[in-house]
Amino acid sequence: MNLTLRIWRQQNTKASGCFATYPVKDVAPDMSFLEMLDKLNEELIGRGEPPVAFEHDCREGICGSCGFLINGVAHGGRRGTTVCQLSMRFFKDGDSLTLEPWRSAAFPIVRDLIVNRSAFDRIIQAGGFISAPTGSAPAADAILVPKEDADTAFDAAACIGCGACVAACPNSAAMLFTSAKLTHLNSLPQGQPQRDERTLSMVATMANEGFGSCSNYGECEAVCPKRIPIEFIGGMNRDLIRALWHRRREALTAPSIVQVPSEG
Amino acid sequence: METRKLDARIPSGPIEDQWDKLRFEMKLVNPANRRKHKIIVVGAGLAGAAASATLGQQGYHVHCFSYHDTPRRAHSIAAQGGINAAKNYRNDGDSIDRLFKDTVKGGDFRAREANVYRLAQISVHIIDQCVAQGVPFAREYGGLLDTRSFGGVQVQRTFYARGQTGQQLLLGAYQALQEQVAAGTVTMHTRCELVDVVIVDGRARGIITRNLMTGELERHAADVVVLATGGYSNAFYLSTNAKASNCTAIWRAHRRGALFANPCFTQIHPTCIPLSSEYQSKLTLMSESLRNDGRVWVPKKKADHRPAKDIPENERDYYLENRYPSFGNLVPRDVASRNAKEVCDEGRGVGPHGQGVYLDFADAIHRLGLPTVSDKYGNLFDIYQRITGEDAYQVPMRIYPAPHYTMGGLWVDYHLMTTITGLFAGGEANFSDHGANRLGASALMQGLADGYFVLPYTVPDYIASNRLEAVSVSHPAFAEAEAEVTDRFRALLSVKGKRSPDSFHKELGRIVWDDCGMARADAGLRKALEEIPRLREEFWHDLRVVGGMDELNQSLEKANRVSDFLELAELMCRDALDRTESCGGHFRVESQTPDGEAKRDDANFSYVAAWEWTGRGEPPALHKEPLAFEHVPLSQRSYK
Repeated sequence: MNLTLRIWRQQNTKASGCFATYPVKDVAPDMSFLEMLDKLNEELIGRGEPPVAFEHDCREGICGSCGFLINGVAHGGRRGTTVCQLSMRFFKDGDSLTLEPWRSAAFPIVRDLIVNRSAFDRIIQAGGFISAPTGSAPAADAILVPKEDADTAFDAAACIGCGACVAACPNSAAMLFTSAKLTHLNSLPQGQPQRDERTLSMVATMANEGFGSCSNYGECEAVCPKRIPIEFIGGMNRDLIRALWHRRREALTAPSIVQVPSEG
Repeated sequence: METRKLDARIPSGPIEDQWDKLRFEMKLVNPANRRKHKIIVVGAGLAGAAASATLGQQGYHVHCFSYHDTPRRAHSIAAQGGINAAKNYRNDGDSIDRLFKDTVKGGDFRAREANVYRLAQISVHIIDQCVAQGVPFAREYGGLLDTRSFGGVQVQRTFYARGQTGQQLLLGAYQALQEQVAAGTVTMHTRCELVDVVIVDGRARGIITRNLMTGELERHAADVVVLATGGYSNAFYLSTNAKASNCTAIWRAHRRGALFANPCFTQIHPTCIPLSSEYQSKLTLMSESLRNDGRVWVPKKKADHRPAKDIPENERDYYLENRYPSFGNLVPRDVASRNAKEVCDEGRGVGPHGQGVYLDFADAIHRLGLPTVSDKYGNLFDIYQRITGEDAYQVPMRIYPAPHYTMGGLWVDYHLMTTITGLFAGGEANFSDHGANRLGASALMQGLADGYFVLPYTVPDYIASNRLEAVSVSHPAFAEAEAEVTDRFRALLSVKGKRSPDSFHKELGRIVWDDCGMARADAGLRKALEEIPRLREEFWHDLRVVGGMDELNQSLEKANRVSDFLELAELMCRDALDRTESCGGHFRVESQTPDGEAKRDDANFSYVAAWEWTGRGEPPALHKEPLAFEHVPLSQRSYK
């Protein structure tokens, strides 16, 4: 099949970008979307033009490196699929596709389709861990975890940190990402001692990094390649209130939360 | 340059006590002095992140480097199946001793006993550590940890987190690392790739890195350098490794004097999705846990193109079950891979290119019911459907072997120090524990053992035992290394030929796969040893890299990595040619038993082959570390 790609080209963070149009011919249906871009890049190198910069690594949908918008939809719109696992058999001859990077003030564009997602690392640094210095751990079977809690923790821990949730959200909220980590750690017995502190700190950092708030559009859940459910955001808000309640005797400013009523 | 003799520094005494004894004898650094010591860790996968976090917790000043945008992307994340530990929670006869023996035997007697014993001892602590971090391992209804049997062993010692064990273990290490970043003990350098190791007065004292955002070369000095940069399966181009996985760090260390051990010991994983198109950029692994319930078969007749469901039971060859009645579909990876290649070479392969065998779940679905099978393997069936468009609940999966892991790597002693003093290597980057074949669920175990429990003892011991004068990055050795690196990048940019870096990588991969893959023969290896230097020559005369050095330039990154693969691949073939025996994943067609199994030659090859770089265009020098097997009696592996 033959396709027309409109791709966002931007030299670096400071430069202004624009769309450039490239025809791609003879795309085979069993190629992946990124293999189709590999093909385009080989052609560009052949012509001495700079190849399109995009991030990718495992190409198995688990490392979270890849991701961009295809016709405005993060990862291209197949449920539970990263762009590296998106097969070209879902496209048809003559399709015209617009590719652009995640759009969010908290994710500055680095080059072409690459953005800087280091804000996610800083949210984790704020509390996305259980303090367990190496060597200090109790015997593994001393901690019983009900299967249901272990499963919930796992469902949340499946997040790959790709940033699609932010890109899809009209408010550029990182609440699906943050709530996934909080649900993972707060569901487990090991996570209880730091539960309140973790929740307050991660939510505050999320706001400070310039991410917006949730207003229940649900776009994040729709594009999440790991199908992280939006209900985790509700859990996060509940944990936040719980943490504030537990700390009511302390002079503590609540982070500028969270649930902004939708105007739409 | 000063390199040390091949003294593995194995502690004396009974094997059970060696590690404890050494830990007691090690020198300590006063907690108040630790922050004055700077440690460089390159790589932030399981071994690198675990070592960085732990050394940070101890109070050292750690600088951790990753070429990814965040350490959570490291390729450890893609490991699916599980992690072994000798916990014996199943009461099925497991013990440290059994895990040790299984691993030595699984490695076909080409690993160092002392290291493997320590690995088995440490395995139990790893699970404790990871559970404490909140790694969501699978649980039973009573809340206890679940385990399964995995990849060629007869006990259920593998802990797992659905099909994403590597991801969850890596995130555990990543979170511990981020906690230390927040605490200020670890400085994280992301999008920063090692391009050289700097040696001052015979000791590794720093590295040169390229900032991938700006292209700037940066100098970093430290007391110790640890490499945890993974394996080199991408020498095959098509492998299950992530696209960026490369050999540059270990290869540049090798060129600076670190010996490279057993480069030909590579693992071809039996259960991957077969190749489908010429544009294919990588191969996808399907966890071998699938072999617990799936049955492997091909048609008995050659070129039988009927759909699987139309082939009656008596015309199917369940070749693993037939040839290996006691292990059946669970034979070790090397055996399963080789058998798949054999039946396909006989013309009995399935799928569009005849390069595939069936992995059939019909019996399992009949026996266990669809919900149970889907609960166990649902995510793998989803991956399969996404890639092939086929529903494995309805038709058998098609699988074929693919390069997956490299047992070879930098030679290290018991302390995980390379032959360059002060340069350590952990995880897949070293060669130590897996011999000629790695058992399933052992890579995660080894990466975390090195990172959490070995390096955090041996690195401080090195610091405490040596007077390490401060070295500044203005030392001439840094300037010299940086100048060499600059020249190399300029050379890559100045060729201005016609071919892309990827086209060379693909061509190299075909040579290595054909002649140094699942079966290796004298003639093929000699041919490859002529073709690879020729290709390298062409690379330096016809390469085209678009763009410049002082910008984010993925094409230049790729060219730089490929230039190292072009050198390493030659050493892989040379090592494979030199080792005329078969062992584990290294199958020399000239050395097989009457029924086609790998035949070792213990009298002549019971050693680690450690190769020394002697200069560009010069043949490498071979050093041998003899291997003694005092606890696991040498035997021909038999899985029948």
